[in-house]
Amino acid sequence: MFYREAGDFKTSYQADNQTFPIAFDRYRYWFVLAVAYLVIPFMINDYWASAILVPFLIYSIAAIGLNILTGYGGQVSLGTGGFMAVGAYACYKLMTAFPDVSILIHVLLAGGITALVGAAFGLPSLRIKGFYLAVATLAAQFFLVWLFNKVAWFYNYSASGQINAPERTVIGIAVTGPNAPAWAQYMVCLVFVTASALIARNLTRGTIGRTWMAIRDMDIAAEIIGVNPLKAKLTAFAVSSFFVGISGALFFAVYLGAVEVGEAFGINKSFLVLFMVIIGGLGSIFGSFAGAAFLVVLPVALKVVGGDWLGWPTDMVAHLQLVIIGLLIMFFLIKEPHGLAQLWKLAKEKLRLWPFPY
Amino acid sequence: MKMKTLAALTLTGALTAGMATADLVIPDLSYRTGPYAAGGTPFSDGYQDYFNLLNARDGGIGGEEIRIVSCETGFNTEKGVECYESTKAEGALVYQPLSTGITYQLIPKATADGIPIHSMGYGRTSAESGEVFNWVFNYPVNYWDGASIAIKYLMDENGGSLEGKKIALIYHNSGYGKEPIRTLEVLAEQHGFQLDLLAVDHPGQEQKSQWLQIRRTRPDHVLMWGWGVMNQVAIQEAANINYPMENFMGVWWSGAEIDVLPAGAGANGYKSMNFSPIKAYPVLDEIKAKVELAGDGSNVGSVIYNRGVLAAMLAAEAIAKAQEIHGVADITPAMMRDGMEALSITDERLEELGMAGISPEFSVSCQDHGGAGQAIVQQWDASSQTWNALTDFISSDQEVIAPLVEADASGFAAENNITPGCL
Repeated sequence: MFYREAGDFKTSYQADNQTFPIAFDRYRYWFVLAVAYLVIPFMINDYWASAILVPFLIYSIAAIGLNILTGYGGQVSLGTGGFMAVGAYACYKLMTAFPDVSILIHVLLAGGITALVGAAFGLPSLRIKGFYLAVATLAAQFFLVWLFNKVAWFYNYSASGQINAPERTVIGIAVTGPNAPAWAQYMVCLVFVTASALIARNLTRGTIGRTWMAIRDMDIAAEIIGVNPLKAKLTAFAVSSFFVGISGALFFAVYLGAVEVGEAFGINKSFLVLFMVIIGGLGSIFGSFAGAAFLVVLPVALKVVGGDWLGWPTDMVAHLQLVIIGLLIMFFLIKEPHGLAQLWKLAKEKLRLWPFPY
Repeated sequence: MKMKTLAALTLTGALTAGMATADLVIPDLSYRTGPYAAGGTPFSDGYQDYFNLLNARDGGIGGEEIRIVSCETGFNTEKGVECYESTKAEGALVYQPLSTGITYQLIPKATADGIPIHSMGYGRTSAESGEVFNWVFNYPVNYWDGASIAIKYLMDENGGSLEGKKIALIYHNSGYGKEPIRTLEVLAEQHGFQLDLLAVDHPGQEQKSQWLQIRRTRPDHVLMWGWGVMNQVAIQEAANINYPMENFMGVWWSGAEIDVLPAGAGANGYKSMNFSPIKAYPVLDEIKAKVELAGDGSNVGSVIYNRGVLAAMLAAEAIAKAQEIHGVADITPAMMRDGMEALSITDERLEELGMAGISPEFSVSCQDHGGAGQAIVQQWDASSQTWNALTDFISSDQEVIAPLVEADASGFAAENNITPGCL
């Protein structure tokens, strides 16, 4: 009834090509942004920031990055944790080497450095695909973690091998370090998330995104119609790594503040982000958010319900968490292999036909 | 789904905020799951049981009930942060995360929030320097003490000299395992032994190549900085290559019953340091008699359990001290810090508490948050399945450690714009 194209006239090509052609979607989008920018910063406390919202936003960026590579480009990667580590360590080295330069620039530069590293590790994708490529990126994961453990220069020769984010400010307000207020951490991540999502969305529906999808759907056919696989694959790796690097930099500098590479950026992180992308929906920006929310918020919610409400022993709650999340992953993969994004899409289709869906 | 969870969580927030009463809140950031649960479970059991004993026997401390808030960290820093944030609002008095990684994470946060951290025998060694780390305590002993004690003991064993000997360190490849390296390097230079470093990656099940290397190079002694499943695997691997067990020594986190039992008779003769020796403490009988035991109750009296009891006792004594200093029963984290800084443990007091000999005498001051810096060496007897103390408490070599602590602490102070001083 209210959710339909009819009556929403477009008078320019620009309007016709917009991301949200349906008026209701547009309002919803602006509403979400308004809440995120104008309401939450005033209500947020340390717990909400550190436990839920900041990790959700950061993982969203990582999921967007991996989604570009895997969902749009069709290249399976298990190196996300390693690339996040590149972002984190690049950010750390930049922060400590150039303390006067704004942290925002450092985060962007860290993304750029990760893009270069990602493109280098993407070279094998020109020769191998599928599972074999996954193994090649797995090598990147282990190599990068080993590198940051082994070479003391990366952690400024500290005794423990940890890197600690010093305090850095944006317009006079601390955004890293222990004195950063919750809302400032949240706002920094939110700005990066919004920008990443906008860029990713517009890249994926432009020429470059179409070449990625062509390669994904059938690389030989794509080559025949004139898509350069070298360019398409390497840009997919570079752009994806750029976002993953930004998320790694924020993960270290804003969220945790101190990081140990093996623990924070191990193979588990690669799988976690991959699960987010798969559960959320391959080839969907919304899916990246949905997947990140699912895997960040659900464990905390289960912990709160099981531990704080029902008073169960903490170890049982932790085990139940694994069981429930595992079951839900299986359930979604069987019932909806295309992820939460597909459910969302179906819901919208139904809504379009409402009140008489068929 | 998301909106529902959000609503549910907000509701919880409101509920827990409403429940906060005038208790002494002790968060128990424990891990009973994952590859480190073997160590995390008995520690948490001991920690909880002692506080429950105080509640049951004395009605808390100074007439104020103790409320334990458990939170499962799984030895994972992200979950540790979540636990910290979720418990700090309830008025947590002191954090003991039993994880060097989480301690590193919490040092800046807790300092900013004004909540003390007690990393007993782990964490950042240079936190011993109380003027830089006002809110962090690591008494009674730390990793650099451990490195020094180990070398001291090995010197004694080798007739006073380690000249030309080869010592291998097999360590957990994390902040924890890397802690002793700096001290060992200094000691190696000083005493003329060769130090081989062998890193084992988290979680530590894969050690074949490291032990192959040990088999090839045949070091005179092997030291281990391991935790969780890594200990059991290392001891089993050492037994597999027939490494002489009496030359294999672990830090205090690599010397529990659970670490040696899987290797059976092969583990006989394995040594470890310990700062909470195994004895028949009367307090353990009292716990068994008066408390509904935490966990499955099977850990009472084991190495790590005793250490949990020691940790709880030190916290309880600090709370009592804080109450005495400030004249109020319901203390704040800031008062708790004062209590910890004024803490003094004497043999008479330990006797009174029914745990004579669990710790050497020590006192804490504003300058020195490190305490005694002493540990014993114990040896595993596989036939009777007991740890036998080989030595009395050995002191570390402060001449070596003090300058290292000074250097590291002043580096931290410079990096973080801290002017060293007392609060």
